[in-house]
Amino acid sequence: MSASQRQPSRTRTRVGPQTLTGGRHLDVDALLDDRRTGIIVCCGSGGVGKTTTSAALALRAAERGRRVVVLTIDPARRLAQSMGIEALDNTPRPVAGVASGSPGGGSLDAMMLDMKRTFDEVVEGQASPEKARQILENPFYIALSSSFAGTQEYMAMEKLGQIHTDAQRDGTYDLIVVDTPPSRSALDFLDAPERLSSFLDGRFIKLLLAPARGPARLMTAGLTIVTNALTKVLGAQVLRDMQTFVAAFDTLFGGFRQRAQKTFELLQADGTAFLVVASPEPDALREAAYFVERLSEDDMPLAGLVVNRASPAPTDIVSAEEAMAAAQRLRKQDPESLTAGLLRLHADRVRLAEREAMLQRRFGAAHPQVPTAVIPALAGDVHDLDGLRQVGTLLAGERPT
Amino acid sequence: MATPDFSKVRLHIVTGKGGTGKSTVAAAQALALASTGRNVLLCEVEGRQGIARMFDVEPLPYAERRIATGLVGPQGQRGGVVHALHIDPESALLEYLSMYYKLGRAGKALDRFGVVEFATTIAPGVRDVLLTGKVYEATRRNSRNKGATVYDAVVLDAPPTGRIAQFLGVNNELAGLARMGPIKSQADSVTTLFRSDRTVCHLVTVLEEMPVQETADGIAELRRHRIAVGGVVVNQVRPRDLDDDDLAALRAGKVTKKRVAGELVTAGLPGTATLVDGLLAEGRDHAERRALEDTQRAVVETLDAPTYELPRLVGGIDLGGLYDLARLLRDQGMA
Repeated sequence: MSASQRQPSRTRTRVGPQTLTGGRHLDVDALLDDRRTGIIVCCGSGGVGKTTTSAALALRAAERGRRVVVLTIDPARRLAQSMGIEALDNTPRPVAGVASGSPGGGSLDAMMLDMKRTFDEVVEGQASPEKARQILENPFYIALSSSFAGTQEYMAMEKLGQIHTDAQRDGTYDLIVVDTPPSRSALDFLDAPERLSSFLDGRFIKLLLAPARGPARLMTAGLTIVTNALTKVLGAQVLRDMQTFVAAFDTLFGGFRQRAQKTFELLQADGTAFLVVASPEPDALREAAYFVERLSEDDMPLAGLVVNRASPAPTDIVSAEEAMAAAQRLRKQDPESLTAGLLRLHADRVRLAEREAMLQRRFGAAHPQVPTAVIPALAGDVHDLDGLRQVGTLLAGERPT
Repeated sequence: MATPDFSKVRLHIVTGKGGTGKSTVAAAQALALASTGRNVLLCEVEGRQGIARMFDVEPLPYAERRIATGLVGPQGQRGGVVHALHIDPESALLEYLSMYYKLGRAGKALDRFGVVEFATTIAPGVRDVLLTGKVYEATRRNSRNKGATVYDAVVLDAPPTGRIAQFLGVNNELAGLARMGPIKSQADSVTTLFRSDRTVCHLVTVLEEMPVQETADGIAELRRHRIAVGGVVVNQVRPRDLDDDDLAALRAGKVTKKRVAGELVTAGLPGTATLVDGLLAEGRDHAERRALEDTQRAVVETLDAPTYELPRLVGGIDLGGLYDLARLLRDQGMA
């Protein structure tokens, strides 16, 4: 039987934490236990389980003795509830129920990002009270701080910088775990600070400032066309609001740029570890690949890839083809046969696992330097600390208890 | 053949949580709508070139391209044509300016001063109005628009559920530039179309707790903003090779090894303990996951929207798979 001769090579493909498909294995516990690891950033495209992964890593680190704070962006309601961070007050709160290993050992705080408030706080921290009020009340600022495509990314990085500075000063935390916003693209949060600071620095701003500063000598013909066009599109009122905003914000630009630069450097530092999270789907792995390349371009320290929600590994018993053929024979005799159903399900599982393994193998072939951890999909959703603990166990490559 | 559920609808907006397959469903819906000779436009707005990948064509420009023939009709009629359009905000802005303000030279000057970048990436709300404005234009075309293709239906692969109300511009809690300046009138016309009976928003989900919860929240939000909810498409449903009795028996551990071993031998396979135990363990795991799916399906049924189910395609999504899904959607009345 040629089918059964082909069988071994076809059925040996397994998916599971123990399997290495092309890449090296990611040792999560070593990463968490290494005291030099001060920041872990979880990034990846939407719907791959970034938030759960961040929370699970943070909890595991805390229960292994680290003093951890986890910064989440938009956790599912029940997960937020279980961590006691439903109140969106932009301040880390202790998570109850963390089993710290030793006395004086680990702890876990959690917070959910409030982007507008973070932006407001930056303004308040940088400007005189009167000027700050002027900015905070400006309609253009209100729009910018609550709906600029990228404010969330920028503010996540800003908050990370703040928590890091505070932690260094007060010795409150020795590990910060950051979830990244569910962007259109996983790369957005790296680009957002640059985009905002280039806006604040750019020619457009200078153009807006020119009339406010009086002499019309800068008003070349080109500028006039532009101003007129802007007035037509945005309206004179909007343009005036923007000019007021820009004038008030002028002295803060330098500070903003500096902060963005500092956060960028912090991300490049040795104590930072990026984990790229993906699901075993072509789109998510493609995003992950872009991300890996981008991180290395920017000298960002990449710790590894986490492939979430992998299909459960099929038992290595019989090939998909053989199972389907046998199921067909059984169905002919008994259309209701339960064993035929089991065989078809087995074939389905083998094929799914083969496909996922192939996708990972391709990723591994293109990025052999990236250590990888594969997390099998849990049957249910995670919404309590026990669930997070279980994910942590799987991340570390142990069998769940 | 019964009338499809959304036969009066011109614009189908498709949203869903990340990872649920909303782009796949949007593409399948476009193919299904194009059966029986109808002309359909499939739009994407997130800069991913997902349509080009799904249909295996070169990356799409900011221009309507013919990408596929629609699904063959129920009586074997030849399918219509599916066109695709990749809408990026920069091109949409320049087109908008030249259309409404005849800004030939100034358009270029705007680019030089960083205004295009400002308006499309930084100015709050403007980006979304530019994107939806183009969809509006394509949807509203009629025979008076000389030289432009008129579509019987437009399918929009929209941003995920969490951002959908903001994207559609109906979420007035957020102040945006688009809500203040002259493009406000443009934004208002777009909103009027979105709230009319020619538009529905479909939501794609999988049978897991978080996506179902997000779908419920999304439906509530859309309804609050007076956007008609179309169907809930339940995607990636597990295979149904076992009936409810079998599943219950597996969960209760009531399927005997002897029975499975006997049937395996009948099928010409060895009835060894490894094989029997392996199959039973996989069966129990499957039965548990199916039970969780059923719980979520019950939640979906409370959402007061027609539901359509699509199976998980083990081999991934290729062009043939898209037609299979399109046929399933049409057979269930979605198109």
